[in-house]
Amino acid sequence: MSFFETYGDRLITAIQVHLFYVLTSVTIGFVVALILGILLSRIPQYAKIIMPILSIFQTIPGIVFIGILFLYLGMIPATVIIALAVYAIFPVLKNTYTGLLDVKPEYIEAAKGCGMSPLQTLFEVELPLASPSIITGLRMSTIYTVSWAVLAAMIGLGGLGEFIYIGIASNNNQLILAGAIPSAIMAIILSLLIDVLGRFIIPKGLKEVK
Amino acid sequence: MDFSLVFEHLYLVLMTVLFSVIVGLPLGVLAYITPSVRKIVLWAVEILQTIPALALLGLIIIALGPGKTTVIVGLVLYSLLPIVHNTYIGLESVDSGIKEAGKGMGLTQFDRLISVEIPLALPMIFTGIRIATVTTIGVAVFATSVGGGGLGSVIYKGIRTQNMELILFGTAALMIMAILFDVLMIWINNRLTKRTSN
Repeated sequence: MSFFETYGDRLITAIQVHLFYVLTSVTIGFVVALILGILLSRIPQYAKIIMPILSIFQTIPGIVFIGILFLYLGMIPATVIIALAVYAIFPVLKNTYTGLLDVKPEYIEAAKGCGMSPLQTLFEVELPLASPSIITGLRMSTIYTVSWAVLAAMIGLGGLGEFIYIGIASNNNQLILAGAIPSAIMAIILSLLIDVLGRFIIPKGLKEVK
Repeated sequence: MDFSLVFEHLYLVLMTVLFSVIVGLPLGVLAYITPSVRKIVLWAVEILQTIPALALLGLIIIALGPGKTTVIVGLVLYSLLPIVHNTYIGLESVDSGIKEAGKGMGLTQFDRLISVEIPLALPMIFTGIRIATVTTIGVAVFATSVGGGGLGSVIYKGIRTQNMELILFGTAALMIMAILFDVLMIWINNRLTKRTSN
């Protein structure tokens, strides 16, 4: 009990800050990734070259993004949000791109035959059919981002990482747990919420096949 | 610029991959042959993945103290997901006609597993190992915060002392390592796939 008396307020603030970082950066990353994914799927011949190059950048650990941005931008929340957003882009981008390419050509033909414009085909046929894959990408991005947001504390910007860093530095198990448990729960809850979102977005006809 | 750190990093990664295969492969097979524990196994490895790497290492440090063992145990727990998952999916997606044929020839379940199903699932299993390896190279930068060394220490030092050169050296070394492993393992996998499809 005394743990919560001492740290309760700080823990709640840390959870809020952590959630703020995750939601902002995943939203930004998702929008950017969706647009890039759609654009790349229009030019598959170039995308074949661009995608492997992007996946090389994916191997850069998040800590490096935060570290380098920190040197240029300094200790502001934008540093964390930009770094996390960059990191959140790739899973969504990859799944949007492969999801769109996996749409069977006969469906696109059929849409054309119905007199749909390319834009209508995209929004009413291709994106709905790719939605299960896109949602999976969003879920992966979110779980990773919750995990990487711990690094915000490395440059003194709060979040649940603060508890973990202080806990490791001072050998305090309670503090480590106080950082680890809420962030694991946050990842699980957010991924459940995305599943619920998926239920609304993924077209009915696709669910039975799944 | 200390290249011994590159080897230290490599050591952490290779030990991690070795032990994740030793633990992950049987778990994947277990999930495949016993439907009753399947959900629990697959769920457990997924939950492990939601714990931030740094927190996981922090928790293991409580039990094992700082050092390389802590890092390797943490990274193994972290890289179980792709290996267990791909082993299970790989075994599950072996053509049911072939499984039937094995049964028809009077092979026991164990024989079928060893001489039919695992060889056919090998490319898929190997893909899981490849994903685990490449991910581990990146996650292993956290080793330095629990006294495990590796390239993470270069990057951390670079960030702390605002030394761009150090950060870039650490990052470049990591990227090259990840790409080399990726390319090498894709090549091995292609050869495996060719063998199984013949």
